[in-house]
Parts: sequence; C-alpha cells; structure tokens
Amino acid sequence: MSLLEVERLEARYGLLAAVRQVSFSIEDGERVALVGANGAGKTTLLRAIAGAHPHASGRVAFDGVDIGGLPAHRRVPLGIALVPEGRRLFPGLTVEENLLVAAGRGRAGRWTVPAVTEAIPMLDPLLGQRASTLSGGQQQAAAIARALVTNPRLLLLDEVSLGLSPVAVQAVYESLRSLEGSGTTVVLVEQDLTRALAFADRVLCVLEGRIVLEGAAGTLTREQVTEAYFGLHHGGAAATGEAV
Amino acid sequence: MTAETGVPSTGWRVGRWTLTSRISIGVVAVVLVLLAIVPLTLNDNAVEQLTSLLIFVILAGMWNALAGYGGMVSVGQQGFIGLGAYGTIFFTHRGVPPYLAMVLGALTAAALSLPLSLVVLRLRGGQFAIGTWVVAATLAILVSLDSDFGGGTGTSLTGLNVYDQTMREGYTYWLTLGFAVLVLGLSLLLLRSRHGTALQAIRDDGGAAASLGVRVLPLKLVLFVLAAFGCGAAGAMILANTLFIQPQSIFGVQWTAYMIFMVLVGGLGTFEGPIVGALIFFGIQYEFANGGTWYLIGLGAVAVFFALVLPRGLWSLVEERAQVQLLPVGYRLLRLRSRSSPDPDTSGSPPSG
Amino acid sequence: MTWVNVLIQGVMLGGVYALLACGLSLMFGVMRIINLAHGDIAVVGAYLVWETSTKWGISPFLTILIALPLMMALGYLLQITLLSRSLRGGQLVPLLTTFGLAVVIQNLLQQLFSPDVHSIAPQTGSIATAAWHLTGQVSIPVIGLISLALAVAVLGGLQLVLRTTRFGREMRATAEDPDTAALMGVNAGAVYARATAIAVATATLAGAIFAIRSTFGPTSGSTQLIFAFEAVVIGGLGSLWGTLWGGIVLGVAQAIGGHIDPQYAVLAGNLVFLVVLASPRGRAIAAEVAR
Repeated sequence: MSLLEVERLEARYGLLAAVRQVSFSIEDGERVALVGANGAGKTTLLRAIAGAHPHASGRVAFDGVDIGGLPAHRRVPLGIALVPEGRRLFPGLTVEENLLVAAGRGRAGRWTVPAVTEAIPMLDPLLGQRASTLSGGQQQAAAIARALVTNPRLLLLDEVSLGLSPVAVQAVYESLRSLEGSGTTVVLVEQDLTRALAFADRVLCVLEGRIVLEGAAGTLTREQVTEAYFGLHHGGAAATGEAV
Repeated sequence: MTAETGVPSTGWRVGRWTLTSRISIGVVAVVLVLLAIVPLTLNDNAVEQLTSLLIFVILAGMWNALAGYGGMVSVGQQGFIGLGAYGTIFFTHRGVPPYLAMVLGALTAAALSLPLSLVVLRLRGGQFAIGTWVVAATLAILVSLDSDFGGGTGTSLTGLNVYDQTMREGYTYWLTLGFAVLVLGLSLLLLRSRHGTALQAIRDDGGAAASLGVRVLPLKLVLFVLAAFGCGAAGAMILANTLFIQPQSIFGVQWTAYMIFMVLVGGLGTFEGPIVGALIFFGIQYEFANGGTWYLIGLGAVAVFFALVLPRGLWSLVEERAQVQLLPVGYRLLRLRSRSSPDPDTSGSPPSG
Repeated sequence: MTWVNVLIQGVMLGGVYALLACGLSLMFGVMRIINLAHGDIAVVGAYLVWETSTKWGISPFLTILIALPLMMALGYLLQITLLSRSLRGGQLVPLLTTFGLAVVIQNLLQQLFSPDVHSIAPQTGSIATAAWHLTGQVSIPVIGLISLALAVAVLGGLQLVLRTTRFGREMRATAEDPDTAALMGVNAGAVYARATAIAVATATLAGAIFAIRSTFGPTSGSTQLIFAFEAVVIGGLGSLWGTLWGGIVLGVAQAIGGHIDPQYAVLAGNLVFLVVLASPRGRAIAAEVAR
C-alpha cells in the first residue's frame, strides 16, 4: 500500500480546472519532484493534497484512508505538512512562536523545536526575532523548520527556491539534506530542473493540470523533461508515459 | 456607439442598448408620465401613500449608491435625513417659502457632507459604518440642544398651512417625484459614464482599483455627496408629509435599518434592485407598521437572512434567470448579422457590468 | 476641588468603557469583524444579571458568575452559526448581519422586558453608592474603583494569554493568516468561536457593571457600542492597553462635558472622537484597517 494515492483528482478555481484527472502514487520514503511551468497546476495539486483546496472530484488516500473530506487542520495530525509557496510565516510572531504553533498541533517525534534548530543552525540566532524581519532565505529555512516540527510523514514543499538568491537556495537545499535518511516522504515542487533532478528519486511533470511525464530521475534526460515541461512532445501518448 | 464602417459581415460589437433595454426605457417613460398625473387622478390618501413610497425609493437608491457601488456601508445616513428636515425648518423660520426651503434643506445636507467627508471618508469597512453613526448621533444632539429648533420635543412645519390639504399633498408629491427622478437619474448617469465601471471596481476591491489608476477618493466623494443630497431631500419630504418631527425619530437609526432591508431584499449593487426593495418594504410597512417591536424584529431577521443567503437580493434572481438587465447600464457584446442590420437582442450574451 | 472629582469620575467611567471595548477590539483583531451588535450583547448580559438577581434575590456579583458561562456559550454558538457564514461573504456581509442582529436583539429585549429602564444598583446593597472620602471634597466611588480594577485585570489577563499561552499564539497566528494556520493544524473556526466567546464574556461583565453604576434599557446597546468604538479608535486599533487609554480619555471627556452641562456629556465624547479621527493619528488608524 502506497503512502499517498491520488486517483483522478480534479481541482478547480470556479469553472477553471487547474488539476485535471491526475493519478499517481507515492511510496513511503520516496522523494518526488513535481515540475512544470507557471500555472501548470503544481501548487493547486499540493494544496489539494494538504487539504487547503477542495477536491472537485477524485480520491486522495493517505495510508489507505480516504482523506477527501478532511479539512487541512485535520490532515496535519495524520502526518501531512505543507510548506506553502511564498513561505507564509506568521509575520507578527517570532520564529520560535511560529515553530511552537506548528509543534503544538503536529505529531510527536524526533523533530522538536530544539532538534530542528540544531539541524538548521542558521535559525538559532533568529528564534527571538519577529518573522517579518527575516530575509527571504531565512524565512524559507524557518518555514521548512515549521513544517518539520509537526513530524510529518509526507512533507510537501512548494517552490522553496522562489525569489531567493543562489546562495540562499543553496543554503535551503543544504537544510533539506537533514531529511536524508529520516524516512520522510517528500514531494518537492521546483522550477529549477537541475536541482529537482538532483534531489528527487522520481519526477512528475505537470502541464495544464495533467501529468504528462513520469519516471525515475536517473532515467529521464533533461531534453525529455524540458519537452514535457513546455508541452513540446510530438504525437500524443508515446511521450506521455503513464500520464492519464 | 454603433460603428458600422469597415465591420465584417459576422462578428461582435460592443454596445449599450439592447431591445430589452429599449423597451424598458419606454416603459419607464410611460410610468413616469403616469406618476406625474397621480395627484390629478387619485384621492388624497393615495397621493400621500405614493409620496411615502417615493421617499422609500429615494432612500433605498441612495443607500445602494453608497454600499452597492461604493462599497461604503453607512449606518449614519439618518444624519442627512435629519439635516434635510431641520434645514427646511431653518429656512422657513427665515421666511423662505416652504417648498423652496425643502430644496434648500436638501442642498444644505449636501453642503454639510463636504466637511463631514473629511472625517469619515478615509475610513473603511466597519469603521466607516460606526463613524457615520457617531456623526449622525452628534448631529442629533446638536440639534436637540438648539432651542431654535424646539429642542428635544420637536418642531413642526407651519408654512404649509396656506395650502389646502389636497394642494399641499399634490405639491409635496410632485416635489418628491422630482427629487426621486433627479437622484436616480444622476446615479444612472454616473453608472453609464466612464466612472461607472470604476465604481464597480472600487466596490469589489478599492486597493486593486487604486493600483490601476482609478481615482478612488473623488469617486467616493461624489457618491457620498449625492447620497447626502438624496437623504436630505428625503428628510425634507418626510417633514412635508408628516408636518412634525422630533430629533430622536428623524435622526433615528431605524432609517438605516429600513434602508438596509430594502437594498438587501431588493438587490445590492443593481440599479433596479433598490426600487424593488422599496416596493416590497412599502407593502410590508402598509400592512404591519402597527406591529411595533415584532415588526422590527421581523425586519431585522429577514435582513440577516438575506445578507447570509441571498446578499444580492431578489433582483439578482431575476437578472440571472432571465439574463436581463432592464436599464442600459454596462456594456454588452452584440452579435452582428450583416453589415447594415445588427441583431441587438442576444439573450444568450454574457451579462456585463 | 470638584474638578478633581470630575477627573476621578472620568477615569472610573473610562474603566467601564475599556472593559466594554476590549471585546470589540478582540473580535476586530482576530476576525476583522466589527460586531455592530456588541453593545446590545452587553445589554443582554445586564438583563440576565438583573433578571436573575431580582428573581432569586442573590447579589449581582454572584449572578454575574452564572451569567458569564451562559453568555460565553451563546457567543460560541453565535460565531459558529451566524458569524462564520458572514465571514465567507466578504466585507459587507458581517456588517449587515451584525446590524440586523442588533435590531433583532434590541426589539426582542423590548418585547420581553418592556421599554422601561432598570438598574441593578438596588440589588448590590451599599456598594453602588459607597465611596471612600479622601478629603472633604474628594471621594472615590467604590464601584468605580472595582470597574477600573476589573478592566485592568481583564485587559492584562488577555494580554498575558495572547503572549504566553498556546491558545493565545494560535489566536495571533489565525488573526494574521487563517489559511496557513490551518496548514499548521490550527482549526481557525474554533479559534474564532473562542475569541467570540471571550468577547461576549467581557461584554457581559461590562454590561453588568454598567447596569450597577447607572440605568439601562433595551435600546442602551447602540450608545454603548458607539462608546466602545470611540474608546478603541481613540486608543489606537490593535492595542489592548491602547483600549484602556482610549476608554479613560473618553470617560474624562464625557465627565468634563457633563460637568459643564449634563446634555453635553455624550457630545463632548463624540467631539473628541471626531477630532482624533480627523487628526494625522486618525489617518494612521484608518490605514491600519487596510492591513
């Protein structure tokens, strides 16, 4: 049984379908990269899995249990955590308070506030600072820490490199290394294809709400991914692999 | 508006008039004529009742202009109602003929709205609501402190004694009709003007509208002054209709309750909605006004229900079902059949505005 | 020397206003709702305390303890039924719903209890009129001191809860970003409901105190709402201690105005409020709403 099973999921904004008939599954411990151009539907897909966006139709099962009806705050204790696009720290709260809010509602586990601070040392001097005063890179690290502190079994990361300098992005991916070997399943939405392919075991490419390419990171060439990313494949089903 | 030169044989053009709106304007013209001859054809009681109805139409239209088009929820329009009424008293005390005094009273309300706008217009949302309420309450206190106006016990409009009852009611009716046509006409023009879409943008999201270059504050000011004038006119006519007023009642917040009811039930943000709401309210008032507190409880409960369930009012149901917009507000996509004869009525076209 | 008394009266009155205002401030801070029925809820609390203490002959200070949990439950209910739906409707809807609610409450009270005004003072024995006489001409009314102390205690307590407890943190987080709070496991709806319950409780307390100090009737809610709002604006939005300060300024203004002429009391308060609003500080306050 897979950790996460998504079957023919559809999510809409009004009449506009952002996620269409998407099906895939993710195994425990896998690291999956979700790539695609802006507006392809990646963020909506992550939010739908996290419970922040309603499912128009389809099924999402976590650990075999249908979570379709559960609101976001009820999925956190199950072990699903989302680091939202744009970080979305609570600006008026200190970094420590941001972490405490999440820790108070998450699961018990190895990631306590001290543990997370140790794993991401750049946060240590920032704990007492208000989140609004942090730089982009610092905020991103704090946002990841905040999600970690709920001890998720499935960690969803949305565009962690967005708006950050290359140095900051490097630092962020360094802090993600701390997840290695911890058994946390990760789904990473990333526009930087190089980083995505380096980080992930498996890659899913999304175009206009559908999955158009899927495969192990090592077996896909950059050309294949780039073509799928921009929708440049010639002919239909052949290049789309397991897409629905 | 109908650029036909160089137009392909099939295609679309943007226009303002449809067959439906042409018919509606025709109907409106007929109705206006009928309304104008009311005092000549109906009895005194009917004339007085219709005057009340017209006052409700003015009030509903003005509150809708503020909230429906400007996004400003005012809980203090009764301040201007009172200003219009007491302004009238002020001028009659100085020898001005009563009907002229009423016009001046309305203008006074409009004039005073300018300095008041400096205080309240920068507020938004609930702050604007309570701010206007405080202003109205303050005006009420100031008036009741002035012995010239009879203080808290009220005052009456004596200048109308020169007319016999039928003539008085007739003139009052005509002036009310005139005010109603004026303020509704002005708001219709405002909607049709290039500021019309700007107004809708402000209502939906003032900040976003401002970032697009919409001059938010001047437009809000225009609406505020128009609403002050309209409510002032209504206040003057309420005085003319009842002949006696007291600060607590003319400055009372129940007027806002009535306005909110009419606009919510009829349709917030549409032109026709407030008129529908005023008709409904008039009917209810006629039947139940003696119900005292239960009547007000009912009004409040119905308003809450509509706010939660059908905030765009009954008219929105009509608009959506029939895809109809009676008056030529907003723009429509019209399909052209051939070069010279455009088909103006496309009931399937998306509602605009 | 009587001016000192006027000042003292004003400060004591300010305490009551601050107590009433902090609920309004809390609901606005957490939910961005200005509850136009807040004053009327305080009056409901006053009626509850009055009714139970006159019927059963118990001291109002005890009946307040009965009334509080009851009102909190009602507040919780109010939020999960009416107000949560209003929040989804956008900017205008909460104002319209709470206004409609105010109309319903006022007239329901009038229907149930008659338009007469009442006071709880007779039930409190001598406390309502007792005073400490510092000098021959300066006296501090006991009930005034109690209300001021209560206001400080409640505001201080709320501030403490917000800053140090998990519940307070969650409330602050939800106030800033309810969607992300949900992503962190916080049930925004429950937070809102609890905030409303607290606001209703403080309103009930304020209503009862007000009813002991003076008279109240079914329509008192409107004026109370205006005073509460004025206190919040004068003191600056978003600051609980600012609400105390604003209440006191309002109370003193009213006391001074009332001393000159009883009819000027409310007017003086309104004028101070309008002046603050027109000032640069007022503009800053208005800008805060846009946040």
